[in-house]
Amino acid sequence: MPEMTKPRPKYLALHEIRLPLAGYASILHRVSGAGLFLMLPLLIWLLQLSLDSTQQGSALFAALTGSLLVKLILLGLIWAFLHHFCMGIRILLIDIHVGVEKPQAHASAIAVMAVSLTLTLIFGLKLLGAY
Amino acid sequence: MKRIVVGAHYGLMDWLAQRITGVFMAAYTLVIFAAILGGAAASREAWQAFMANGLIRFISFLFILSLCYHAWVGVRDIWMDYLNSAAVRVILHVLTLFALVGYAGWAVQIIWRL
Repeated sequence: MPEMTKPRPKYLALHEIRLPLAGYASILHRVSGAGLFLMLPLLIWLLQLSLDSTQQGSALFAALTGSLLVKLILLGLIWAFLHHFCMGIRILLIDIHVGVEKPQAHASAIAVMAVSLTLTLIFGLKLLGAY
Repeated sequence: MKRIVVGAHYGLMDWLAQRITGVFMAAYTLVIFAAILGGAAASREAWQAFMANGLIRFISFLFILSLCYHAWVGVRDIWMDYLNSAAVRVILHVLTLFALVGYAGWAVQIIWRL
């Protein structure tokens, strides 16, 4: 083996891997999708309670959505949904060859992060009762 | 003889389904969001009447099916990427499928009895 060859890594050192922003946005697409999947029972349950016309149903809905733990989970899910939504649009555009070049792909990754985080802030403040 | 017992041999179909269901869900979300901005969730009664509307029920039903298919493809891809053991994969694939089919039944029942 020539001297200049870099030694191959023997293990996957996650903390040493440097990804471009689009790489992080892509991993977060997977993370957000997994989070949404795992929390589906909670979301369906909340849908059920929101459409339950009985007194107990509306009381339980109010108690659940009033709890800080549920609010924090929902805040996370709002981000997960928005990131997954924005990144999904980016993937669809790249599928039809829009924004494939490196500068555009980098710019769209920045846009995905910026739009999803800004909207998370706007919806999150509404969720927490700021307005 | 070596047999491959797991893996997707139907890639194009699922790739396309992932996109079609994604586009449909994005459009549905925008419709529901616009309706909420227009007051569809202003009160519990308004929300229940809105969700009981025939057209909304129709697209909500399609949304639930789209979501479950989309989640199936996505979660299955995660298992396929990170799990090497065929036995563990099969178990998790089956559990994922059971969960998603059950969620679909539960959610459809919520909107369909309105």
